[in-house]
Amino acid sequence: MTERTIPTNPSPLWLAYTALCRIGAICTVELQKLRHDRTELITRAVQPTLWLLVFGQVFTQIRAIPTGSTPYLDFLAPGILAQSALFIAIFYGIQIIWERDSGMLAKLMVTPTPRVALVAAKAFAAGIRAVVQAIAVMIVAAILGVHLDTAPARLVGTVIALILGSAFFCCLSITIAGLVLSRDRLMGIGQAITMPLFFASNALYPVQLMPGWLQVINRINPLSYEVDALRGLLVNTPAALGFDFLVLVLASAAMISVAAALLPRLTVG
Amino acid sequence: MSAMPAVRCTGLSRRFGDTLAVDNLDLEIVQGEIFGLLGPNGAGKTTTIRMITTLLPPPRGTIEVFGADVAARRMAVRRLIGYVPQQLSVEATLTGRENVWLFAKLYDVPRLTRVRRVNEVLAGVGLAEVADRLAKTYSGGMIRRLELAQALVSTPRLLVLDEPTVGLDPVARDDVWERIEQIRADSGMTVLVTTHLMQEADERCDRVALMHRGRIQALGTPAQLRGNLGDGATLDDVFRAYTGDELADTGSIRDVRSARRTARRLS
Repeated sequence: MTERTIPTNPSPLWLAYTALCRIGAICTVELQKLRHDRTELITRAVQPTLWLLVFGQVFTQIRAIPTGSTPYLDFLAPGILAQSALFIAIFYGIQIIWERDSGMLAKLMVTPTPRVALVAAKAFAAGIRAVVQAIAVMIVAAILGVHLDTAPARLVGTVIALILGSAFFCCLSITIAGLVLSRDRLMGIGQAITMPLFFASNALYPVQLMPGWLQVINRINPLSYEVDALRGLLVNTPAALGFDFLVLVLASAAMISVAAALLPRLTVG
Repeated sequence: MSAMPAVRCTGLSRRFGDTLAVDNLDLEIVQGEIFGLLGPNGAGKTTTIRMITTLLPPPRGTIEVFGADVAARRMAVRRLIGYVPQQLSVEATLTGRENVWLFAKLYDVPRLTRVRRVNEVLAGVGLAEVADRLAKTYSGGMIRRLELAQALVSTPRLLVLDEPTVGLDPVARDDVWERIEQIRADSGMTVLVTTHLMQEADERCDRVALMHRGRIQALGTPAQLRGNLGDGATLDDVFRAYTGDELADTGSIRDVRSARRTARRLS
């Protein structure tokens, strides 16, 4: 009973199979970590709950943001889901620097795992965590009276949108980690970009209310496509679902490749 | 002596900025030996290890691990290596067993034997009873042993340990070394270890290479190196003779040169 041997010239199929095994292993580990430390699930639910409870309730009351026939809280909930996923994903770049400093990354990179698979595994692990977190946020939203459409097909779509969005932002954060190489700088940059990403998206308000320049940024911000998809799926607003998913798939695939190319920089020196 | 060396480095060089971390290094590690790479901090030990373990591409020179070229067959070489880095690095929020299981998966240990293999290596390092406790409750020595289990779960042919006893108390240190020697005795695995503790190297290594400024200054069994310096010399004395006192006058260069000649004769 020996391990799988490595072919001299690994075929794309072999690499894809290996990548899938690695993604499976690292996602399992992510769930194991969550199982052992559930407090994080709760602490991370505080902020989205406050957004829904305070911001959502107040802006629903004063009717400052016109969202047509959709109640503002319903409109807001998918945006907050995406936001909580974004915050989780951005943390992964910091985690990878921590793993670099602790020697864990070197250990992972010495295993027979293609770089791209390692990054993709991290990306999907971020997605898994975001989905688990999203369940908590959706429960809070439901308690606050948001009318979520929970048809199975829509929930599957929600899970996919969250995973793709998280994969993109996780790899964006790993990319920045690969460029700045230090935890302090990354934390600064991470904080500097997450709020603008959030505010320059359709998470809080409809695109039509934005000034022209912000609409342009909104169009190139993958978070907006994630929110659009989540909103279309969960609260039935009109959404370009096909296009949203296309953008999310392409953006996350591109970002995984970029992050994988920069990963070796972290173990040099 | 087996025909194929476990590791063969030829003309290996690596530069970081202005410093030549590894300078035209030639090195052969025999199958089944415990080989110690010694030297002061910044001697180029870790850089050499990183190139052997595929973490750094060698810009000049070649490395073969059991005949496989590291640059051309990175994935195959990784399969042969078990690696424990200098820092204590396990997932603190996972149990010991989960930590080892992850590496069993990453090294494609077949599903049918995976559970048995994980149990085996955990027992082998004496962690069977605490395997289901979170790693954050482990002592430094236990974490190092857990890392050994992670590195061994794939039954590698070459075990690479970068300063395995750094930061451990003497008891834990002996314990880790006894495990390493046991593993070697059981499996005939080749062990490449870096350390700056000369006494440790003297007691535990079959052969040692003394590295300084990116080059190997002396190579041989600890007894050979000591013998060259005269009666009663320790490996510490050898170390000082070859690395010299960095801040001392240049007169000692002559001594170093003669020492280098000795080293060449030895190798």
